[in-house]
Amino acid sequence: MSNILHDFTTTVPKWRPRVTPIKLEDATPDQLDALKVTPSNTKVSDYVLVLARDPETLRERTPLFNAIMYNRGGLSRAERELGAVGTSVFNRCVYCAAVHASRYNLLAKDVVVIERIFADGEEAELNPRQSAIFNFAVKLSKCPPDMTKDDMETLTAVGLGPDEVFDLILSSALFGWANRLMHTLGDPTEITD
Amino acid sequence: MTDLFNTAAVKASGLDADHPLAAVLSTRDDIMTMTQQAHDAALTPKKTGGLSYGERAALSCRMARLNEEAPLAAHFESMIGDSNATRIADIAFDGGDDERLCALLRHTDLVTTDTKSVVAADIAALVSAGVSEDDIVRLSELVAFVNYQVRLTIGLRLMGDAS
Repeated sequence: MSNILHDFTTTVPKWRPRVTPIKLEDATPDQLDALKVTPSNTKVSDYVLVLARDPETLRERTPLFNAIMYNRGGLSRAERELGAVGTSVFNRCVYCAAVHASRYNLLAKDVVVIERIFADGEEAELNPRQSAIFNFAVKLSKCPPDMTKDDMETLTAVGLGPDEVFDLILSSALFGWANRLMHTLGDPTEITD
Repeated sequence: MTDLFNTAAVKASGLDADHPLAAVLSTRDDIMTMTQQAHDAALTPKKTGGLSYGERAALSCRMARLNEEAPLAAHFESMIGDSNATRIADIAFDGGDDERLCALLRHTDLVTTDTKSVVAADIAALVSAGVSEDDIVRLSELVAFVNYQVRLTIGLRLMGDAS
């Protein structure tokens, strides 16, 4: 039995489902359609095979995720990843945090920001713009969310336009969705050879 | 004008087509449309499995209330229809002597308010209460989607208030 990971990492772990993934060979036409399985693309992760138990939401989810994280314009891709990381750290979703922290590092060509976030969480020392983005994502992730007009003014003061604030809200909120699946339906586990 | 201002999230946020932020919202028209499609897939799917439309709407109303998001709670409340499901929307109701309902409500509340604390035993508790694996995923997607939509709505409203 592989070990469950509890600490944040930028090495993307494996994921062990708590709910049985469907078997591709037993999938219904609806499930196959939602999985976007084609003869040339038959590799599907256990995570997606678990979500295929509800094909109607799975079908909507993938294009929405891609649009929020990759659409042109607005907030930079790296800063959208930082919003995703803020939410994932607050919710302690080790898997999502690893995926999006490693993407942030690639896009921003930097490792210090993530190292500080993983070490100090909400107290991480970041530059004003990074700090405003990270803290906003954390506050939006609380239940109930506790951002105020002051937080909005902070984002404006560090130079975010309304289009960028909107994208930050979307990427941070989106991980409130992703974390609630990834962190509850399975465990991140160490990669063992 | 697009129907982006008729999506549940934007309507509940209070932003309308005459708002100064309308142009900014329109640049993400596709995302707001897909958000509404995800709403429909989670709240009113073609195949409901073990979660009726009334239960889904009432659970969503409950989650909006746990997030103190009244306008979105009102939206979900208006979708409940089935009077047997109304009590589910009351955050003080714990399911009474209905074991399945107790498990559904406990899990919905935990994942909504304290995601980080969810462990394998919480999923096992749903199985023990007779919730099928398909329904566990259906419930999880509903909970996850509504918590996204709540945050989108609250964020949009705050943007509107600040501009």
